[in-house]
Amino acid sequence: MELVNAEKNLRKRKLISLVLKAGVWLCGIMTVGILIFILLFILLRGVPNINMEFLFGTYNSDTLSAFSSIVTTFEMILISLLVAVPIGVFCAIYLTEYAKRGNKAVKVIRLAVDTLAGIPSIVYGLFGMILFVNILGFRASVLSGICTVSIMILPVIISSSEEAIKSVPDMYREGSLGLGATRLGTVFRIVVPTAMPGILSGVILAIGRIVGETAALIFTSGTNVLESPTLDLFASQRTLAIHMYMLASEGLPHSKDMAFATGAILILVVFLVNLATTKLAGRLGRLGNDK
Amino acid sequence: MINNDKIKIENVNLYYGEFHALKNINMNVKEKEITAFIGPSGCGKSTLLKSLNRMNDLIEGVKINGKMLLDGIDIYKDMDPTMLRKRVGMVFQKPNPFPMSIYENVAYGPKTHGVKSKSKLDEIVEQSLRSAAMWDEVKDRLKKSALGLSGGQQQRLCIARAFSVNPEVILLDEPTSALDPISTMKIEDLLVDIKKNYTIIIVTHNMQQATRISDKTGFFLHGEVVEFDETEKLFSMPKNKKTEDYITGRFG
Repeated sequence: MELVNAEKNLRKRKLISLVLKAGVWLCGIMTVGILIFILLFILLRGVPNINMEFLFGTYNSDTLSAFSSIVTTFEMILISLLVAVPIGVFCAIYLTEYAKRGNKAVKVIRLAVDTLAGIPSIVYGLFGMILFVNILGFRASVLSGICTVSIMILPVIISSSEEAIKSVPDMYREGSLGLGATRLGTVFRIVVPTAMPGILSGVILAIGRIVGETAALIFTSGTNVLESPTLDLFASQRTLAIHMYMLASEGLPHSKDMAFATGAILILVVFLVNLATTKLAGRLGRLGNDK
Repeated sequence: MINNDKIKIENVNLYYGEFHALKNINMNVKEKEITAFIGPSGCGKSTLLKSLNRMNDLIEGVKINGKMLLDGIDIYKDMDPTMLRKRVGMVFQKPNPFPMSIYENVAYGPKTHGVKSKSKLDEIVEQSLRSAAMWDEVKDRLKKSALGLSGGQQQRLCIARAFSVNPEVILLDEPTSALDPISTMKIEDLLVDIKKNYTIIIVTHNMQQATRISDKTGFFLHGEVVEFDETEKLFSMPKNKKTEDYITGRFG
């Protein structure tokens, strides 16, 4: 009697696990499928329109060149990271290594970080426009854009660095302090290097936000496009994402095609930057991981 | 041969918040001997060990009073904790090599204390690994990650790392509890071998280990030292009934 039941039960369990397995596979395939569809859609429509003029030529209504936007995009990534990463990582170090548990300042900082992370980017844009463009007199410029974007990515960097630093086992800290190292020495020579892969994954997220940002930048660095690239921080110049947005909303006969070309380049930029950062993370984390 | 007192513990009381973890401890630890602390879990033996190089400072809410003297100097009043920890090294229960190469693990301590010359570091690394009897095992893979070593090798690396800053006292907190018998034996042999140069204090759950390697043994119970005597005496004719009950396995 009992055995029969067990067998029936087993058949039922096998059926359930089969259904679940199929469901999991389906979800997986769908995710990959959507990604591939988007990539193909943009690349197929975009790549054929990419030419040397578009990539490296001067901008006019004929070429719609993205050259100056490409340069500004990289400039913005680099300088914003140089500003925000040290501040964010030091803030995370304070929160995890120095602040005492239950400290009021920590609660305030955490609340601020979480709130900042949730604010829509267009609000940052408005803020940046008032503070950097108007009050501080930077006008619509790459500098105003960089300042705004740096504030925007700060919460991403703080929270991922905090997580990464927290996950460094205490036994490493004990080992270091037990050898007579100072707190500071332990943080910079043991804790931060061990947390580096996690910190870098926050940096990758931050890069994604910078590259994809439009709303906040339209208000601060402007939609202007220069004929040829400049590194002048006080110039008003668009990034790739804004270039794409502007092309898509312009009425020129080939501007839609060129918007897709810009999209393709954007994907390529994100891919390259992520690859570089992952390589770096791999190199930094290698000793910790190979067994 | 009569050795000098290296560490003197006088009327030490320690509290974790409200909890009275160490009660009026008095003990003298002789130079170049192995002293073992035994007792059931939570009896305070690890707490006392950790307070000898002020690792308890890292825990919030710890209060300590009484005196602990290293060569006559009060380690809580007249000594900087980093200097104390350089002189009193520690090996932890779980092997905790840093996620770096074997070489970097051993070179970390001397670098921290300002040794910069590559040749000097090479010398210290080799010496420390030789003292920990693992130079021949690892000399060809110094640049490889320390996390690739076996548990026993990792623990010996941690001992080598402790040697690297040239300490006078080495504290070991159940250093073999996570290891297999062969690795344990290697570490015990090592400790007996190095006691001519270092004062060693070891916390252990393993009473056979205490009898095998230690000169003196202290039996702890509920935060008190019940009995502290030469290992042979303590295990063959304990003076206290509780000690006898513990070492004959009636509780613990």
